[in-house]
Amino acid sequence: MGALKLGRKAGDRATRKYFLVGVSSAFFVTLAPPATAEGISLNGFVQSHVAARTSRVDCADGTECDFPAIDLRGELAAEGKDAAGNAGFLGRFDLLRDIALAETRLETRELYGDLNSEKLVARLGRQVITWGVGDLLFINDTFPKDPVALFTGQPLQNFKLGSDALKLNAYTAPANLEIVIAGFRPDNTPTGRRFVLPDPFPAGLPRRIEEPGNSVGELEVSARAYRYLDNWELSGYASHTHFHTQARRVIAGEVVGTYPRLNTVGASLTGSALKGVFGLEMGYYESVQDREGRDPSIDNSQFRGLIGYTQQPWNDATLGLQLYGEWMRDSHNYRETLPEGFPVKDRVRKVTTLRFTQLFAHQTVTFNVFTFVGLSENDHYIIPSLRYAFSDNLWAEVGANVFGGNRNGTFGSLQDNRNVYLTVRLGI
Amino acid sequence: MKSFQRIILPFIAAVVAMSAAPARAADLSADEIVKRSIESFYYAGNSMRARVSMKLINREGKVREREMTILRLNLGKSGDQRYYIYFHGPADIKGTSFLIWKYPAKDDDRWIYVPTLKLVKRIAVDDKRSSFVGSDFTYEDVSSRDLEDETRVLVRNEDLGGRPVYVVESKPKTPADYSRRLSWIDRERWLPLKEEYVDARDEPLRTYTADKVEQIGGQWAVTVRTMKNLQSGHRTEVVFRETEYGVGIKEDIFTERYLRDAPAQWVR
Repeated sequence: MGALKLGRKAGDRATRKYFLVGVSSAFFVTLAPPATAEGISLNGFVQSHVAARTSRVDCADGTECDFPAIDLRGELAAEGKDAAGNAGFLGRFDLLRDIALAETRLETRELYGDLNSEKLVARLGRQVITWGVGDLLFINDTFPKDPVALFTGQPLQNFKLGSDALKLNAYTAPANLEIVIAGFRPDNTPTGRRFVLPDPFPAGLPRRIEEPGNSVGELEVSARAYRYLDNWELSGYASHTHFHTQARRVIAGEVVGTYPRLNTVGASLTGSALKGVFGLEMGYYESVQDREGRDPSIDNSQFRGLIGYTQQPWNDATLGLQLYGEWMRDSHNYRETLPEGFPVKDRVRKVTTLRFTQLFAHQTVTFNVFTFVGLSENDHYIIPSLRYAFSDNLWAEVGANVFGGNRNGTFGSLQDNRNVYLTVRLGI
Repeated sequence: MKSFQRIILPFIAAVVAMSAAPARAADLSADEIVKRSIESFYYAGNSMRARVSMKLINREGKVREREMTILRLNLGKSGDQRYYIYFHGPADIKGTSFLIWKYPAKDDDRWIYVPTLKLVKRIAVDDKRSSFVGSDFTYEDVSSRDLEDETRVLVRNEDLGGRPVYVVESKPKTPADYSRRLSWIDRERWLPLKEEYVDARDEPLRTYTADKVEQIGGQWAVTVRTMKNLQSGHRTEVVFRETEYGVGIKEDIFTERYLRDAPAQWVR
C-alpha cells in the first residue's frame, strides 16, 4: 500500500501503512463470502499528462522548469459486493511513471472494505472523503488534498487524496451521523521540485519535516450530522484534526515544518432557490497550538464562510458564483509577532469564484472556466479547459493554470508557475 | 313495481354500460388525454425497476453507449415521484448516479454523485430541457413532464400502425427549444407511440417513436424507443430490459445514503 519509492518520512509512514494494510486485510477476510459474491468488476485507464511552464522565469537548480509535470499513469480499479449488499470492497491503484521527477511509483488511491447493515455502515481502509457545499473551496472538509495536481492541470479526481481511516455511518430518524477516525496524511503542497515559490527562509538552512506520529492521541476524529429539512440539507461538522499544510519555523539552525493540531466546528445548508442551487457554509478554525495568535509560524484561529449560487442560464450550461471569506481572530497579535520580511496576511481574506461550463455536440465537448479572484489580496487564478471525448473510452483535454496579481497573495505568489497542459486518457 | 323496473333498471344498466365503455375522443379533452398518457407512461405501477441500455448514434453512425439501472417510486396522490439512476458503464462514468425528486407543481430537486471524488452535488434545477447525458432525450423525457407546462388541443383521431390513436398538439407556455409538439397517443393503452417536435421556424426538430410496446405485469410499457434529432442527424435508441412494476422499493432508497452506495438489492 502506497509508494514504492519512499520519501524522507518513509519509516514513519510505512509503519502506519503496514498497520493499516494488516487491519484492512483482516477486515476483508471477515467480509469475503465467495458463495454469494456478485463478482468483481475491473476497469481502469492509461493516461498521459504534460504541463508546460509558460512563465518566463529562472528556475533554481533542482526545479523542473520547462515541464513541471510529465507523467504516464495506468489505473486499475477493482470492486465487488455480495448479492445482499452486506459487504463490499474497492481498490484503485495507479502505476505512475513520473517523467518530470524521474520516479516510478505505485499509488494506492483507494483500498477499503465495507460492512453494511440497515442502520450502520462501516468502511475501513484508504478512502476519499468529501464534505461541504463549496466548489473548490473547503471549510469543513479538512481531509487531505493535492494542490499540486490542481495547479498542474491533472484531472480533478486527483485533487482529493485518500485518508487511511475507519468511517462509521449511522442512519437514524433525527439525523444521519458520520464519524471518521483517520491517521494523519499531509496535503501534497507545492515544493521547489516542480514550482518556483517565494521562500522567506534563508536559502542555506537545512529543512526538516516532523509529521504527527501513530499514537492514538495523534489520530484525527471528524464527525458530521446531516438531515433533510423538507428538500434542504442541513449539516453540522466538528473535527479534531491537524493542519495539513506545514507550519514552518527556524529551530537550532534548521527550518522545521510541523503540522499543528486544529479543531474545527461548522455547518452548511444547501437547497434549491431562485431557479438555482444555493449553498451556505461556515466554520470556526481553532488553532489549538496558537490560541493567542502570537506564534506567526502557525495559522491564527479563523472564522471561515462561503455563500454560493449555481444556475443554468441556458441548456447544457452552468454558471456558479461563490463568495468566500476568512477572518483572522487575533490579527493584532499576529502582526505584532510577525518577523520582518514575511508577507503580511490581511485580517480578512476575501475571495470570489466563478465557474462557467458549456457542453456542446451531445456533451462530447466540454468548455469550462473556473476563476478565483482574490478581492483582498488582489490576485487571481484562472483555469480554462476544453475537453473532447473522441469516444466512450478516449478523451483529451487542453487547459491552462493562470496565476497572477499581487505577488504576496495566495494565488499571485504562484505566478511563476503559469502553465498549459494536455491530458489524454484511454479507458480500458 | 313493474313500471319501476321498466324505468329504473334500464337506466342503471345504461349508466353501468357507459361507465364501462372505453373512453371516446368526444368524451375526453386534450388535457385529459395527455394526463392519462403521462400517468401510463411515467407513473405505471406504484414503483418500477428497469435495466436500461442507451445508444447514442451520430450522423456518421458512431455509437456511444450508456448502461443504467432506473428506479422509480410514486409518492401517493400528490404526483411527487422519486427517481434513482445508476450508471453501470461506460467505465469512465461507472458508479455515477443521479437522484431526482420530481414535483408536478414546482422545480425538481436533483443530485449527482461523482464516485472518484466521493462527491454528492446538487444540480441546478431549471434545466429540464437539457440533454440527459448527451442523448437526444431531455431530463424531462426521462422523468415526467409537467402537465401545466403546455397548452394543447386534440387535432384528430386516426390509426397508427394498426393502433387507434388520438393526435394531440401541445405548445409550451414559456419559450422552449420547440414551438409545438404533435403526439400520437394510443386510445386504449394511453402510451405515446410517436411524437414530432417542431422548432420556432416550423422546421421538424426531433421525432420520438415507440418501437416496441409490451405488457409487463398488467401494465403496457414502451420497452424500445428512439429519439431522433432531424436537424443534426443524431439519434438515441433506448431499450428497457428487466422492467418490473410494483416492486416494493422504499422511499429511503432515494436519499444521499444510497446515492453514495448503490443499493445492491435493486441495482444489479
